[in-house]
Amino acid sequence: MRAQTSSLRTKDLLGIEPLSPEEISLILDTAEGFKEVSERPVKKVPALRGQLVINLFMEASTRTRVSFEIAEKRLSADTLNFSASGSSVEKGETLIDTAENLMAMRPDMIVIRHKHPGAPKMLAERLPASIINAGDGAHEHPTQALLDAFTIRERLGRLDGINVSIVGDIAHSRVVRSNIHLRTKMKANVTVAGPPTLIPSEVEKMGARVVHSLDAAIDGADVIMMLRIQIERQGKLSFPSLREYYNTFGLTPERLRRSKPDAIVMHPGPMNRGVEIASDVADNPERSVILEQVTNGVAVRMAVLYLLGGAHLE
Amino acid sequence: MHLLIQNGRVVDPSQDLDAKLDVLIEDGVVARVDKKIKANVSTLDAAGLIVSPGFIDLHTHLREPGQEHKETISTGTRAAVAGGYTAVCAMANTLPPNDERAVTEMIIAESRRNGACRVYPIGAVSKGLKGEELAELADLRTAGCVGVSDDGKPVWNAQLMRRALEYCAMLKIPVIAHEEDAHLNEGGVMHEGYYSTLLGMAGIPAASEETLVARDVILAALTKSHVHVAHASTRGAIDAVRRAKADGVHVTCEVTPHHLALGDDAVQSFSTNLKMNPPLRSADHRDAILEGIADGTVDAIATDHAPHHFDEKNVEFDLAPFGIIGLETAFGVCHTRLQKVVDLARLIDLFSCGPARIFNLPGGTLQRGALGDVTLIDIKARYQVTNTFHSKASNSPFIGEALTGRPVATVVAGVVKFDLRV
Repeated sequence: MRAQTSSLRTKDLLGIEPLSPEEISLILDTAEGFKEVSERPVKKVPALRGQLVINLFMEASTRTRVSFEIAEKRLSADTLNFSASGSSVEKGETLIDTAENLMAMRPDMIVIRHKHPGAPKMLAERLPASIINAGDGAHEHPTQALLDAFTIRERLGRLDGINVSIVGDIAHSRVVRSNIHLRTKMKANVTVAGPPTLIPSEVEKMGARVVHSLDAAIDGADVIMMLRIQIERQGKLSFPSLREYYNTFGLTPERLRRSKPDAIVMHPGPMNRGVEIASDVADNPERSVILEQVTNGVAVRMAVLYLLGGAHLE
Repeated sequence: MHLLIQNGRVVDPSQDLDAKLDVLIEDGVVARVDKKIKANVSTLDAAGLIVSPGFIDLHTHLREPGQEHKETISTGTRAAVAGGYTAVCAMANTLPPNDERAVTEMIIAESRRNGACRVYPIGAVSKGLKGEELAELADLRTAGCVGVSDDGKPVWNAQLMRRALEYCAMLKIPVIAHEEDAHLNEGGVMHEGYYSTLLGMAGIPAASEETLVARDVILAALTKSHVHVAHASTRGAIDAVRRAKADGVHVTCEVTPHHLALGDDAVQSFSTNLKMNPPLRSADHRDAILEGIADGTVDAIATDHAPHHFDEKNVEFDLAPFGIIGLETAFGVCHTRLQKVVDLARLIDLFSCGPARIFNLPGGTLQRGALGDVTLIDIKARYQVTNTFHSKASNSPFIGEALTGRPVATVVAGVVKFDLRV
């Protein structure tokens, strides 16, 4: 599909919540074209040539950071990776000072991952560069939700009317929030499942159905999305042990058998095998699309970078 | 000092007074309130203005000693008079905290030297505000404290709260309770509800305040002592205070202007000027506050003026310190938001008579012999809040807000400390 000349309404991608369904479709359609680029022998287009993108990752990341860096390079941008450790953040430099100092070196775009919600918005309000949210605390992770949507659309043919169930630590998950926004805008049905201690207050008002059993979540689902349980929260007040969590909410082959035969299994990664998901399920070649999500992530991020940075050059 | 306040409309709820009258202050106290007084003293023109007993703020953080980069007694009291306040109660969480007589005396001496209005210190309940041992409450009282509080922190240990209440019954001063359960708060930065879920931020449940208020009402009954609930922000707190009063327990409460004017939905902007403790709540809790104001459950409006340096607030929402300033916008915000809820007399009662009454402070009235502390108000003034304040700090959520009604002049002991028209 030919890349389009229209672009997003604002200079930044801070979340799914501010996007319209048309903008979401634009990103997904654009991503289809870029997926093809990644299959060529020369995996490069010149769209962002001469532009500088800084990857400001203040929190650990494998997939998202590598995916953004590859996407930037395939668009011919210059990239710079910045992580908090080894930087003056360790000397107490604030986020705003860090960003303004980097801005003084004139990047065109900053991709930021941060543990505090609202950090990308702080930068977007103060800096002229395009700011892309790669995950801000438990608030939003828009490119993850977009690549999830791309994967669902690719596998199941559409987004509207699809039943999506998301299982796990809903309270602390930015992936869930972005996905709920995206699914409701694209008219899919969302169910969230987990123990009540991991379900945040009034989440039904965001447009999700809440259940407290894995079987209820699997029943009728077209997409089963498993979230990582944060091991460090075990034994604190939210749930007593990983063992108990696996027994109540872990996705095993037996439980998967109760799902619709074509239901796909997703996971944003990283996975804790044997905690939220059994290896046999994660590695199931027919049902699991976990690695396809990662492949699609590069294409989706190329689309976002292009629409924010490259489109206006045409 | 002597002063004749002329041509104004005196509204003094303590005397059920609302009439066009002059007020003559001699030697710093009210000498006469009458029609067309003639006296050979300086005058202050109050034509078109309301003449009210001076406002009293039961809850201010002046940050001195120890945090003078945020505010000082001098700048804080200047902010106070600009907001119509003739007296403020200064909370004890300074550095060092006001948990001993020497600090109380320092605050009083400094306020006499450089303060623009009266300062009544509030002493700490516990040594170092640690919540473990009682501070020398009698000594603090003798030095001039009008109440005690560990505000900023709750008194978590119920036995300590009980003993503090018993001790203060002897001293005849209130224990001012900052009601929050640190465990239920669990790192929360905003009200727990739909918006904290939407924004992915840790929430402070209403139950955190409500459980402690319920506890302290019971302890007040047990000890027959006076507990004053600071910055009540929840339906459960207002309901508990209402029930306690009906049962004859000596409980009073204050609410802040921001808790009745703003809600948790505003936090979507991630502005750190919306971060305070207790947090902005959802609509139902705001409705409960308005109901409590209308039916008399709420005794006073208090600002919880909490200045912070710009750099401290110019960080991510999670990292910013809690607190906003409020002295200069309190009346304007309340007058604007409460126009359909209470009449002017009740509003002035909340700013002046009520605070004086419940804390047994002088003032709050224009009877003969009372303090010559007067606030002149223009209830028709329409203005926009700017980002320049008399306070050192500017961490206000009301910058840019359009308000109706503002204090125009403030008189303390017969001396004009602030006049917008000059």
